[in-house]
Amino acid sequence: MDIFTEYFFQRALLGGLLIGLTAPLMGVFLVLRRLSMIGDTLAHVSIAGIALGFLLHVYPIGVGLIFALLASFGIEWLRRAYKTYAELSIAIIMSGGVALATLLFTLGKGFNINVMSYFFGSIYTLDNTDLWVVLGVTVLVVGVIAFNYKELFLMFFDEDAAGVSGLPLRFYNIMITMLTALVITVAIKIVGALLVSSLLTIPVACSLLIAKSFRNSVFWAVLFSEVSVVGGLVAAGTWDLAPGATIVLFLIGLLIISLFVKRGLRL
Amino acid sequence: MNPTANAGCHQSVVSIDDVFFFYENKKVIEHLSFNILERDFVGLIGSNGAGKTTLLKMIVGLLKPSQGEIRLFGQPISSFKDWERIGYVPQKNAFNPLFPATVREVVLSGLYGKKRMFRRMTKADQQKCEEALYVMRIEDLADRRIGQLSGGQQQRVFLARALINNPELLILDEPTVGIDAETQAGFFRMIRHMHQHHHITFIMVSHDMDMVQSYIGPEPVQKSGTLSFYVKHTHEPENCIETNLTHSMQQLREQIEVLS
Repeated sequence: MDIFTEYFFQRALLGGLLIGLTAPLMGVFLVLRRLSMIGDTLAHVSIAGIALGFLLHVYPIGVGLIFALLASFGIEWLRRAYKTYAELSIAIIMSGGVALATLLFTLGKGFNINVMSYFFGSIYTLDNTDLWVVLGVTVLVVGVIAFNYKELFLMFFDEDAAGVSGLPLRFYNIMITMLTALVITVAIKIVGALLVSSLLTIPVACSLLIAKSFRNSVFWAVLFSEVSVVGGLVAAGTWDLAPGATIVLFLIGLLIISLFVKRGLRL
Repeated sequence: MNPTANAGCHQSVVSIDDVFFFYENKKVIEHLSFNILERDFVGLIGSNGAGKTTLLKMIVGLLKPSQGEIRLFGQPISSFKDWERIGYVPQKNAFNPLFPATVREVVLSGLYGKKRMFRRMTKADQQKCEEALYVMRIEDLADRRIGQLSGGQQQRVFLARALINNPELLILDEPTVGIDAETQAGFFRMIRHMHQHHHITFIMVSHDMDMVQSYIGPEPVQKSGTLSFYVKHTHEPENCIETNLTHSMQQLREQIEVLS
């Protein structure tokens, strides 16, 4: 049980709680726009950037972020080209990202171990720089969403009506896209690229089952996410398991319970 | 077909001046000039692809004409800022029915357009929301999620959202698609009542020829391609006097039948 007093575990908890707050905040908007898979896609492209960062000896998350941003604009652009097949653009960019990452791995054979930690997450190895970056992203995301709550509600509920009320849709679309890329890139270190979309989507999936209003659904999504981060980390620490995996499995557990509770109430 | 504004109380609300719209090199709209005056009721009828939605989107600034100019209340759209003067009721399927918003949240969001960023919702705003809910007879549904309502109820929610700003121009994009015939008839009665007793100009896109013709008349005043414009003017001078809104809103509520 000593692990809970260890410095690295407390850092992990702090980083986890911050990401546990921002990921579902962005996730609410992505799920409502039926872009649940965007998290996976951006994460895979981000891995390619992280690999390039190791290759060039530049801060890997920084390069990963640039790649994720480029990918998110690529998705928006393809989404306009294939209007009725929004998911097609996601599939194209995702496979492109994986291909690029694979290519970069073969160029720098020595760093495979390091890059692997980004696939599966390494919340225990968060250093000071990582924590500051996560904190900065959290403050930015929470601030932007708090101050633009009304605009985002308008836009995500009914984009045409939002346009008629004079909202600069393009600006807000770009803003959401950039914030998503930012959140995903920093979340990769916590839960790993393979699991990042679960933090964005599963808390929202739970909250949509029980929320009575939009405001309420944002609250529940964050609560589900934070409970899972704490629960998952405690489970990982107690039984020496992979923390990214325990967090996600905890989330899925909560989802199953919510489904049963919902069904139980209906009967 | 005179695009200049008339004298008196009948100011031009929308003026369309020789507008063209191309989509992928195809002419969707060409040489369209049309003037909508205060308190007109304009019915827009056309087959699929006739450019109804394109025209609506140009009027509300979501699309730019490829050529020509559109003015709202005398101002070019590019410099038009008073969007709260315009209410917009979308097609039923324009929003995501799984969106977890309550009826009250949706109606209140009608005010969000002018309450940006740091501006908080006030008591007066909440009051306006309650009034709009009351007028449309949906106060009992206020805490329900919008996706759980019937099509007819949803349309009244969207009307309430549009009315919360006391709009001078109300734009309805196929408001009765996917709603049963009886509810449609009730909806049209309500719209007619609003036109006759309120200081509101209407533009309604519809596929329901019968309804438009029974209210406006059998002949379109203008055709552009397969797009037909039906217009009912409100000429009577006494109608120029602004009606007492609170009083007439109460009347409107009385007109609205409770639809199950």
